Amino acid sequence: MNLAVNNQSLMLALGLVLIALAIGWKEKLGIDKDMIIGVIRAVIQLFVVGYLLKSVFKVDNIWLTLTLILIIIFNAGYNAKQRSNGIPDALPISIGAILISTAVTLGVLMLAGAIKFIPAQMIPISGMIASNSMVAIGLCYRNLNAQFRQERQAVLEKLALGADLKDASKDILRDSIKTGMQPTIDGAKTVGIVSLPGMMSGLIFAGVDPVRAIKYQVMVTFMLLSATSIGSVLACYWAYKRFYNDQKQLLI
Amino acid sequence: MSLIELVDLGYHVDDTCILKEINLTIDRQEWVTIAGPSGSGKSTLVRIIASLLSKTSGELNFDGDPIELYDPITYRRRVSYSFQQPTLFGNTVQDNLQFPYDIRQMPFDRDRAIRGLEYVGLAAADLAKPVVDLSGGQRQRVALLRNVMIYPEVLILDEVTAGLDEENKAFVWSMIRHFNEDDGLTIIAITHDQAEIAAASRLITLTAGKIDAGGAQ
Repeated sequence: MNLAVNNQSLMLALGLVLIALAIGWKEKLGIDKDMIIGVIRAVIQLFVVGYLLKSVFKVDNIWLTLTLILIIIFNAGYNAKQRSNGIPDALPISIGAILISTAVTLGVLMLAGAIKFIPAQMIPISGMIASNSMVAIGLCYRNLNAQFRQERQAVLEKLALGADLKDASKDILRDSIKTGMQPTIDGAKTVGIVSLPGMMSGLIFAGVDPVRAIKYQVMVTFMLLSATSIGSVLACYWAYKRFYNDQKQLLI
Repeated sequence: MSLIELVDLGYHVDDTCILKEINLTIDRQEWVTIAGPSGSGKSTLVRIIASLLSKTSGELNFDGDPIELYDPITYRRRVSYSFQQPTLFGNTVQDNLQFPYDIRQMPFDRDRAIRGLEYVGLAAADLAKPVVDLSGGQRQRVALLRNVMIYPEVLILDEVTAGLDEENKAFVWSMIRHFNEDDGLTIIAITHDQAEIAAASRLITLTAGKIDAGGAQ
């Protein structure tokens, strides 16, 4: 391994944050406080996670691994819910959608023999899946809220013609699922051309043969497409009904 | 037995009373015109009858049964509501005329659609016409046709001729008269048009959420 990050080089890299702070201060962006809090939080959170993962990998216990995966899923669900802007039951919907998308994707990867049930593989991969699902679901919620407001008249007219909730919401649902998946699809299109994504870069950085690193990245691309599609579909199909009441009337 | 019966019907949002003590019966194939100043609750009343809103007090009976006994989707297929400024769906006229069939999982009756289009002054070729190319009058005709592609029992019209020129207005009313007289549809129509109010066979006038005493002719 040819990594050379030590505490001293990290301190020097802090200069990069000072550049960002200087820009924020000069342009009067009013984000200095947020940026400082963000940097402090990132450093503390990452160090805590680093030491935690070190001990979890050492213990290598199935229940501890599962507990950590569930914590990741809960946190991802909670963050996705924050983007729901008041959609009822957004927390259980988000957690359910992320849980299923993570379980299905991990299950397929394990059955395919791409990963093993060991904490060093399961925890980072779960984090990648859950965070991408979380972003996708957040985008779905934002689009559902915007579209139901924008298309209110069309939805009302479809209901007035006797459409059921799914028929009245079909266009909005389709558009929202697409919006949730779009960043992952765009990412898949440009991977290797515009960006060398995290996992692949990390492996190359750590001295792994680029061709081998690419195979991992291909796996990650497939995995994220699956996770965001499952997460988006489930969250949208569970959430759109919350825009109606029991009498199948639009609540907006 | 009346087709629609409203007994002491009321509707309020928080502390604001929108409708109160509405008592009204409408018989099958009757044509009821509803008039009244803006904000008097006309649209709220017909939206409740169309099950797009729920009353907060009183009774609403349809065909002898309380509205609560009906599945809202099935009910709305029997009591159809047409909006003042309709939104046309999809890209073409056919997308709109096919919608009532799609939601019932029924095959599209192309011949009926063409007959309907010819009746409203359009042609078979217009099935493929983009909705953005339709004039205001044509949009309203296509929207009305969409409501009756599969006949409901009641057609509720919320100022459907507002904003139309005299020629289109006369045409739309002749369409509705045909639905009422020849096809037996019950019509509930909101209007501000003085000529339409004068010609009403039964007029209900709403003021501040109540039917005017003597306002029901």
